[in-house]
This record gives sequence, structure tokens and C-alpha cells, in this order.
Amino acid sequence: MNEGVLRVTEGLPPPAARISLAEEFAQSGVGSVLQQLDDELIGLAPVKERIREIAALLLVDRVRSKFGLASQAPTLHMSFTGNPGTGKTTVAVRMAEILHRLGYGRRGHLVAVTRDDLVGQYIGHTAPKTKEVLKKAMGGVLFIDEAYYLYRQENERDYGQESIEILLQVMENNRDDLVVILAGYADKMDRFFHSNPGFRSRVAHHIDFPDYDDSDLLAIGETMLASLNYKLSSDAKLALGEYISLRRTQPLFANARSIRNALDRARLRQANRLFAEGDRELTLDALTTLEAEDIRRSRVFQQAESNAR
Amino acid sequence: MRITQGCFSFLPDLTDDDILIQIQYCLENGWAVNLEFTDDPHPRNTYWEMWGLPMFDLHDAKGVLMELDACRKIHGDKYIRLSAFDSTHGWESLRISFIVNRPKDEDGFRVARIAGPSRTQRYSVRGYGLDKPEGKRYT
Repeated sequence: MNEGVLRVTEGLPPPAARISLAEEFAQSGVGSVLQQLDDELIGLAPVKERIREIAALLLVDRVRSKFGLASQAPTLHMSFTGNPGTGKTTVAVRMAEILHRLGYGRRGHLVAVTRDDLVGQYIGHTAPKTKEVLKKAMGGVLFIDEAYYLYRQENERDYGQESIEILLQVMENNRDDLVVILAGYADKMDRFFHSNPGFRSRVAHHIDFPDYDDSDLLAIGETMLASLNYKLSSDAKLALGEYISLRRTQPLFANARSIRNALDRARLRQANRLFAEGDRELTLDALTTLEAEDIRRSRVFQQAESNAR
Repeated sequence: MRITQGCFSFLPDLTDDDILIQIQYCLENGWAVNLEFTDDPHPRNTYWEMWGLPMFDLHDAKGVLMELDACRKIHGDKYIRLSAFDSTHGWESLRISFIVNRPKDEDGFRVARIAGPSRTQRYSVRGYGLDKPEGKRYT
């Protein structure tokens, strides 16, 4: 009998032993994940902070299990709230990979769905549909975009409620199998959580995505262009800076998404300009550079001018 | 009498962990996993009833195990088998099939002898359970 007891403790270090957290950190490769996150995502300080906390918890849990201490898989269901274009979807896509590299989530894939994928059209259609999606998401991250559409207050016979019940059950029972991320605009999500208190308590991390400031947006624009092999001339950079502060004052401003659309249109104008210049030899530089005039011909500047008049 | 058909049937019953590993192997090969159940396990009965549709596009075995648990809840007193279908050109057939659930008491088969013309003997195999109506065979 004594032997049995010995065997249990054999693999564990004696209680007095020390495990270096720094060493464990270096081994896990978490550092590079966080560094990459810092490099590739601009702004979003509260989001990065929360990811760092989760990483720390998972790491400490791993060390704890080496000492034979109880470590329960943490609840990682999250809710992302924020204005349009603040990077909720982008971060969710990253989150699947991050959690996988932190050693949480077996497959590291992301299944992105909206109400249409979860809720059926007639009685008895919803449950199989929701379960199908959940099965696909097992071992990875289930991202529910515009999650507040799941619950329609005005129609109490709406099938969304059925879907919510199945989701809640799986979120509770299969906590170590999948991570559910809900995303949506802040005010609507608040109402959603208010009418579904079960969701609020099962979601451990409520992360609010702040709006970007002008310099963040400029940096984001440059990153977007760099990934498409474009760059801004120094004049164009000034123009884009002005564009951002003007665009912000206009209605339907959607942060990074507005910038992406503006840059898409600037690329159109650049192509048009190159075409209009007629037959000449194009250099690599001409093909990759957006000039100030490509941006300044935007409607946003014209409107600002006419307002000033 | 213990029914032996499909893979692993001469081994002790697979645990859920064993089943998980097998399913994951199937999924990693891109096969569609499928659950079927029956209370007529005659070797020539190829028409088992399907539990839902074959599961395509899964990444993780846990999703299949969820379905298996649901199936066991309702058909726990019957035979359940798990099979994986390979859809690649040239194969287009089952690549693996094994029993994942058995009734508590397996009553097995009896041999019936039928006398033919002159001294011919014909044989047929018939499950004892089949005398009872469907749904009551293993309860």
C-alpha cells in the first residue's frame, strides 16, 4: 500500500522544489504570440491586456499542475463589444490561434456564424442546426457575430430562444472543448445580456473595444496598404491624416472599416490615374505608391470644402 | 454470445477515450463519420438505421462523441456502430466500421436446419431476439 502512495507522488517535484516561471514562459512560446499581437494589432490596449492575463493564467495553471495542485480549465467564453470597425472580428480570428498556441483548444480553428446558421425556419429545425454548428466548432472557437439577433424580444415564439438554450448547455458542459465568443455593438449586446442573464454569467470575459484615435487609424491604414504591397507618399500620408479627421465628423463613421473602404477607393483612383497618364513605362515605384491626389479627390474633401463655403 | 463484426471486435470493448482516438484518426484522414444502430445484428443485415446524417466538416472528435452519447441515451439497449466513409475518387466506400455499444445481454444466434430434397440439409442462422417484436428484443 505504501508503494502505491509513493508511485503517485513520484512524478511530482517535492513541495520545496522551485520551478522557474521565466523558464516555463520561454518554453511555452507564449512570448512570441503576445509580441506578434502587439506588432500586428494597433491600439486595443484593453484587449491586449486581457489576453495577457489569460496567457498568464494558463501558464500558472500549467506550473500548478506540475506540483500536483488542482487546476481546472478556466472558463474562456468571451463577449466583444464595440463600435463598428473596431476590430472585433479580426481579434476573434486571432483568438483561436492564440488560445491554441497557449495550449488551450485542441485544434485552433475558428467557426464564424451568425443567426442564420444557428436558428431554423420551422419547428424542430433549430436544434439540429445549432448542434451541427457546435459539433463543427468543437476543439476550437465558435464566433457568433451580431449575437444579439439571436434573441428577438418582440416575438416570444421566435426560435432563437431554443438555440440560446442549447448554446448555454454546451457552453457549460463542454467548457474545455470549445470557446464561444459573442460579438456585437455595445448597446444592443447590453440589452441582449439583460434579457438572457444565463449568458451574462457564463461569459467570463467582457471585453470592450474602444474607438481608435486618428494616429491609430493612420497606422492601421499603412499596415493595410503594406499587406497589399502599396505605400503612401509623404504627401499622401498627410492627406490621409486630414481625411481621417474629416471623415470622423461625418455620419456612419466605422473606424478601421471606413479607412479600408477609403483606401480601396484610393487604389481605384490610382489605377485610373496611371491609365490616364497614357502609354509610358511604369516603374515599380509608380505601381506601389499612392499619391496625395488619389486621396484628396475623395468626396469627403469636396463636402468639407462646400461646407466651408 | 458476443457479436464480432467490424474492427476491434475481438478486443475488449473500447472505452470512450479509445473511441475518441479512432474518430480523430478518421477525421484527420478526411472521412465522414457516421453512426448507425440496430437490434437485428445478423451479419447479413447491412441495413442498420442511421442516427442523423453522416458528419461532414468536423475538426474534432468530441463533436462525434456528443452525438454518440445522445444516441446511447435513446438506443443504449441496442447495437450502435460507428463507420467512416472515404469520399475520395477510387475509394468511395467505408474505410472503417466498429461497434461502439452493445446490449447488456447478447443472446446470439441459433442454427436452423432445413431438410431439402433427398438428404440435402440447408442451414440458416437466426437471432434468438428476432422472435420478439422490434424494440423489445434486448430489454
